[in-house]
Amino acid sequence: MLAKGGPAGDGPAIELGQASVVLGARPPRVVWSDVSMAMARGEFVALLGANGSGKSTLLKVVLGALPLAAGTAHVLGRPAGEANRVIGYLPQRRSFDAGLRLRGVDIVRLGLDGDRWGVPLELPWGGPRSRRQATRRRVAEAIERVGASSYAHRPIGQCSGGEQQRLLIAQALVRRPQLLLLDEPLDSLDLPNQASVAALVHEICREEQVAVLLVAHDVNPLLPYLDRVVYLAAGRAVEGPVEEVITSASLSRLHGVPVEVLRASDGRLVVVGQPEPPAFHHDRHADPASDRATHAHTHVHAG
Amino acid sequence: MPADESNPQLVWNLAHDVSQVLEYHFMVNALLAGSVVAVMSGVVGWLMVLRGETFAGHTLSMMAFPGASAAALAGIPAVWGYFAFCGAGALALGGFGGRRRTWSEQSAAIGALQAAALAAGFLFVSLYGGVLGDLESLLFGNLLGVSNGQVIVLGAVALAALALLAGLTRPLLFASVDPDVAAARGVPVRALASTFLLILGLAVAATSQITGVLLVFALLVGPPASAQLITAPPGPSLALTIFLGLLVVWLGLGIAYFSVYPAGFYIATISFAVYAFVRLSARVALQRSRRLPPVRSSPSPPPRGVIA
Repeated sequence: MLAKGGPAGDGPAIELGQASVVLGARPPRVVWSDVSMAMARGEFVALLGANGSGKSTLLKVVLGALPLAAGTAHVLGRPAGEANRVIGYLPQRRSFDAGLRLRGVDIVRLGLDGDRWGVPLELPWGGPRSRRQATRRRVAEAIERVGASSYAHRPIGQCSGGEQQRLLIAQALVRRPQLLLLDEPLDSLDLPNQASVAALVHEICREEQVAVLLVAHDVNPLLPYLDRVVYLAAGRAVEGPVEEVITSASLSRLHGVPVEVLRASDGRLVVVGQPEPPAFHHDRHADPASDRATHAHTHVHAG
Repeated sequence: MPADESNPQLVWNLAHDVSQVLEYHFMVNALLAGSVVAVMSGVVGWLMVLRGETFAGHTLSMMAFPGASAAALAGIPAVWGYFAFCGAGALALGGFGGRRRTWSEQSAAIGALQAAALAAGFLFVSLYGGVLGDLESLLFGNLLGVSNGQVIVLGAVALAALALLAGLTRPLLFASVDPDVAAARGVPVRALASTFLLILGLAVAATSQITGVLLVFALLVGPPASAQLITAPPGPSLALTIFLGLLVVWLGLGIAYFSVYPAGFYIATISFAVYAFVRLSARVALQRSRRLPPVRSSPSPPPRGVIA
């Protein structure tokens, strides 16, 4: 029942070959074109870019939910959309409705068996006892993995943004995926929570051997952990290690206008002069609370 | 209420009072029909409340009015009108709401449909030429005049609705709380939404000819909304919904038997009273829990209030 090997074949986690996406009919809009990328299994990659640069679109392509206008998309060795059983997906969202009367543990469990017909109840005749126990154990494991055990039995609408995000990561993890697609999981979190969720995702990536493609606005909370980044802008993409991609030269070439990348003394990056809405929240880094972010890292590692 | 000259008297002996109630065939039928309705509308309503489709459910129950008046105009049994209009209304709502719409767009469309349906009902009534004999029982039901045939039809619809939901509830729940993830997992989110509205429409149609257009709603919303406030896990919450529904119906019918006021009034009022009581208790409990020092063991500093 737990999709372990699943239908995935050999080959890289994600492979796009000269892919293009066109949305809308009147007039058609090219979101991005001629994008090639290869993401190895077990890698931690951030997908960066301004609002509207097509980051979420790329995730939908990987899920096979959007057709390509040109090019190829392979995921875990299969055409995109055919390996979704072994992909954990966390869509972009604000939060659950505060009045939603389902517990975190129910939400996580839906990630495991929500696509099966039946009723979401533990019925005495609902399969052998050992299977029901295995289901319960797997849900508890995933919740334990993200450190959410203490609030998983509260209605999810009453959990804070950071707590909801951890529970959703547990939901994405519960089927032991080989690839995690996380759409802005750090958005709407405060800095300490951004730091600790980033550390958690990195830990999961390493220990569970799962490839992670994480969409983000701000690369800074992720800097200590990333293998590589994919940067989308002006309908194109660059891919590579952070120190090669997020540089004045590389981003200026991508945007087609002079862009400056500044590095603060503590290593954080600030991008100045993009033609589009800012991809990096400059103001956040002026916030004195950002020291607490570093503090939170150490806290997580120690704990 | 029974039409006897002398109203039955409570003797405050439970066994005696219950056997007194069950002496009459119309009371047995009322209890049977009411229990079937409580179970079916409890389960359907539980999903409806969870999906935030209360307004859609309300509109579907309103569809019974043009349905009944159109049937009267066409000279066919009212039950056909109920099913035709509630079903068509459900399909219309499903066709509109299936695509990604914002809540404000959806509620505006539902409201427009409701107004149009009521206007159509009004037209049918005036075309019919005067007073629709049963307007009062259309709105408030006629629980004490349920025939054996109606009980059987109601039971059949309830069985069909519950059998369908037995297969659909889990993916429907997934699609309700997490449409994007469910879609990525291959759950047919749109088809499920439309199917559920259709089940809701048919349940409402079967129910409202017995309980009335307004009363069906008391049973569709009150017990599930109360149960979901009391407990969050799906199993206990569903069971509590059914228990509250049965309690409301039995109490309402029992009190009505010994009183001169209609059963519908008691059922709706008890349903509301239960909800109001639960809502107030939940608020008191929340305030009490806020006064206690927060217990936290998540690795991050408390973000509460900043994020929520």
